[in-house]
Amino acid sequence: MKLWRKPLDQDRVVVPHGEIHLILERCKGCQLCVTYCPRSVLEMSNLFNAKGYHPPQVGFPGRCVACGLCAMLCPEFAIYVVEV
Amino acid sequence: MAEELTNLLISEHHPMDSLLRQDRLPHIWCSGCGLGTVLTCFVSALQKLELDLNKVVIVSGIGCTGRAAGYLNLDGFHTTHGRAIPFATGLKLGNPELKVVVISGDGDLMAIGGNHFIHAARRNMDLTVLCVNNFNYGMTSGQVGPTTPTDARTSTSPYGNAEHPFNVPYLAAATGATYVARWTALHVRRLERSLIEAMNKRGFSLVEVISPCPTYYGRWNKMGDALEQMKQYHDHSIIRHRTDPAEADISLGGEIIVGRFVDEDKPTFCDLQREAVQ
Ligand SMILES: Cc1ncc(C[n+]2csc(CCOP(=O)(O)OP(=O)(O)O)c2C)c(N)n1
Ligand code: SF4
Ligand code: SF4
Ligand code: SF4
Ligand SMILES: [Mg+2]
Repeated sequence: MKLWRKPLDQDRVVVPHGEIHLILERCKGCQLCVTYCPRSVLEMSNLFNAKGYHPPQVGFPGRCVACGLCAMLCPEFAIYVVEV
Repeated sequence: MAEELTNLLISEHHPMDSLLRQDRLPHIWCSGCGLGTVLTCFVSALQKLELDLNKVVIVSGIGCTGRAAGYLNLDGFHTTHGRAIPFATGLKLGNPELKVVVISGDGDLMAIGGNHFIHAARRNMDLTVLCVNNFNYGMTSGQVGPTTPTDARTSTSPYGNAEHPFNVPYLAAATGATYVARWTALHVRRLERSLIEAMNKRGFSLVEVISPCPTYYGRWNKMGDALEQMKQYHDHSIIRHRTDPAEADISLGGEIIVGRFVDEDKPTFCDLQREAVQ
């Protein structure tokens, strides 16, 4: 990351990392999580769940910072993150 | 097939499940409808509030929004159309210890329930009202309603709405609400904070959420899919706290002023009644 001024605590800050969980049969494939993830971690898959919706999958696992935005935006209580 | 999704873990339970009636999920709301996101923000606010959940009651009227009470694992009641506020008022007066929250739609609260709304605000009844405004009657297939912007097309205004809409925050503030805020469904963190503030407020608090109904309102007004409608409302919004609600009118395709407009203190109905009988 390019910084304008080096923060005094830069060496102490630990960037959190998250692991994504999906409740497959709740997902309605709306793409909100994929569209608004600030780190572009998620992508839509080509697979179908039982209701015929495409669920998301994780394209870039290393990038997730466990911000929780995907879980907040998901209208279906279908996705959440666990900080690891 | 689940194994084929890359890099994610398949789970059966969500961290919000204890507050949800899991046997009712998936809910009936359309894919990408703003209502699910609004409910998530509400549950998240409840989790942060640390209230005694045995004393929280959710009341809703009829409509897509009105289903909300039925998805929450809390005491709740799904009233007849427009009557959420009088039912909630009765609960609060019968047991003032309860935290009573009304979650309902623009049609339910502003049309058939409009009179109840203004009088509960006038009395400063100790209730929190979450009004999900999707600019139409979603459940009954997208008819024109009291918040439908002028010129907007709906199933009953196919040539454009000839009426002036209610400005919900203005109506609430003018009739006496002590906390008034408006957000769009995409302002998840700000909405969550407003819901916490509203539920902590003594007196009549109103939070309006501008929310996409892609199936009817969005389709009639050629707003694209759910994602595009969500993005459009967010893009058109301008955060201006303490704006005079009179200036927060919404026009078709125009800007949407959002923020915390009113936050003041005055005696509630219960306070004044207690004083009167003492
Ligand atoms: C007394 C009565 N009149 C009419 C109806 C039909 N009805 C059901 S829902 C609804 C409007 C709901 O609109 P809104 O409150 O905006 O909810 P939304 O579905 O948009 O979330 C109407 C008119 C009814 N159920 N009861
Ligand atoms: S937690 Fe944040 S960074 Fe991780 S996938 Fe969700 S939105 Fe993206
Ligand atoms: S936001 Fe939820 S429902 Fe929408 S695609 Fe993502 S997981 Fe599925
Ligand atoms: S009809 Fe409209 S408001 Fe009702 S669930 Fe569908 S998108 Fe949402
Ligand atoms: Mg409505």
